[in-house]
Amino acid sequence: MTEAITITVDGRALQVRPGTMVTAAVELAAPGRGARVSPGGSRRQPLCGMGVCGECRVTVDGRAHRLGCQTVCAADMEIRTDG
Amino acid sequence: MAEPDSDLHAQVLVVGAGPAGLAAAHAAAAAGCNVLLLDAAPQAGGQIWRPRQGASAPPVVDALARLASAGARVLAGLRVTMVLPARTLLVDGPQGARRVRWERLILATGARERLLPLPGWTLPGVFGAGGLQALVKGGWPIAGRRVLVAGTGPLLLAAAATLRSEGAQVVGVAEEAGTPALARFAGVLARHPRKAWQALRLGVALRGVPSMRSWRISAIEGDGRVQRVVLEGEGGRTRTVACDAVAAGWGLIPQTELAQSLGCALAQRFGAAAVAVDDKQRSSVAGVYAAGECTGVAGAQAARLQGEIAGAMAAADLCGQPADTHLLAMRLAREHEFAAAVAATFPMPANWAARLRDDTLVCRCEDVAWSALRGQPDLRAAKLATRCGMGHCQGRLCHDTLAAVMHWPRLPQRAPLWPAPLASLFAIPDTPSHKEP
Repeated sequence: MTEAITITVDGRALQVRPGTMVTAAVELAAPGRGARVSPGGSRRQPLCGMGVCGECRVTVDGRAHRLGCQTVCAADMEIRTDG
Repeated sequence: MAEPDSDLHAQVLVVGAGPAGLAAAHAAAAAGCNVLLLDAAPQAGGQIWRPRQGASAPPVVDALARLASAGARVLAGLRVTMVLPARTLLVDGPQGARRVRWERLILATGARERLLPLPGWTLPGVFGAGGLQALVKGGWPIAGRRVLVAGTGPLLLAAAATLRSEGAQVVGVAEEAGTPALARFAGVLARHPRKAWQALRLGVALRGVPSMRSWRISAIEGDGRVQRVVLEGEGGRTRTVACDAVAAGWGLIPQTELAQSLGCALAQRFGAAAVAVDDKQRSSVAGVYAAGECTGVAGAQAARLQGEIAGAMAAADLCGQPADTHLLAMRLAREHEFAAAVAATFPMPANWAARLRDDTLVCRCEDVAWSALRGQPDLRAAKLATRCGMGHCQGRLCHDTLAAVMHWPRLPQRAPLWPAPLASLFAIPDTPSHKEP
């Protein structure tokens, strides 16, 4: 629980505390913008916070459809919200 | 912890590492069984003992230490995607798929929040009540934000207290239950000192927060994000509350999907469909036990007791020795009395359809509006015609709502239980493996 770790969200570098979830990192990087775009084109933020609703899905290190609320940030992790 | 072979085997496999699963795994391991405990989250603890920014809650640290000394294995970050023949589950995680063979299986899959559709509920800034509590524990920034907590059930107060302690400005807690029902509940609380003490502590933590009884959300409004909530009270009165976020939930519902896949019977328990178990936590399928919220929402203490019974019974069954669970059952009965009162005080709201508008999205995964659903004859037709329930959540949100609102029977559970990469499905063998790890 000491030093911050560096990740990138949509190419932008961000420092977060260890233990921060990917959902929180996405919100810290762009407050209110949301993670997922629905089929109808609306931006969504996570709803359930526990891996059920899927509204937090992002691409993590090139792997699509990862659940941000079930993924802990790791050093040098690359998160993309644009698919 | 990883084994050279990607297949895993356990005499007693426990799915879900919340209070029930941790207790079950410990009871079985202490009785000498080879135990494996799995959880879908990155760390053990379940929802109630969720880690805060990576730091495990003290009861989880203790439970994991006890498990380690009893020789049980714990694997987090693995989600069960499919039931395979010959007592085998397919699980999927960041490192790919694995098969897990079991001799006795204990389901401790917990509950999820009941999240119901409303006008505006897809706006950024709308969260489950427990949902926002969970997100905040994962580092979601909430300090200084104005949050309205709404819906029904004791979880609202716990969520509001967490949000406030993290610096949120809780602008109100709107509880749908009315004063008479809450007064009756207070009478039950008086017979459960431990619960009364918890309620008192929450009351102190929430001192100064406006408490609204018999108020329910009728719409969430804002331009691209939540800006205000319209509440409706008794006699059609309305009031508008300005806020930046809404944390709304209507109680908990048991997660029964894996149990259904295994063929376990369900029964109505504490106001929702749950895995049916006998007094020894045995499901209707031989060798499969269930414990905790998936057998009926009754809280963490009941879950621990049920977990202990299930673990002891699975172990006793394996070695043919009886286990004495009489004292545990007596304590459990008391917890169940309280759970029945909670279910009666904070039910699923009636006539939910009246809150839906034509353009209210019922299925958030696939963006299916109420107008496209209400004329359908049943869930299967609705699914085929609109894709409702075919997205990531596989109907966990919208099918629950539609089953309640339209009185439609639920569809049988289909595999996979969760969307899984094609590569992970290649781990399914033509014939079950009988190789020992």
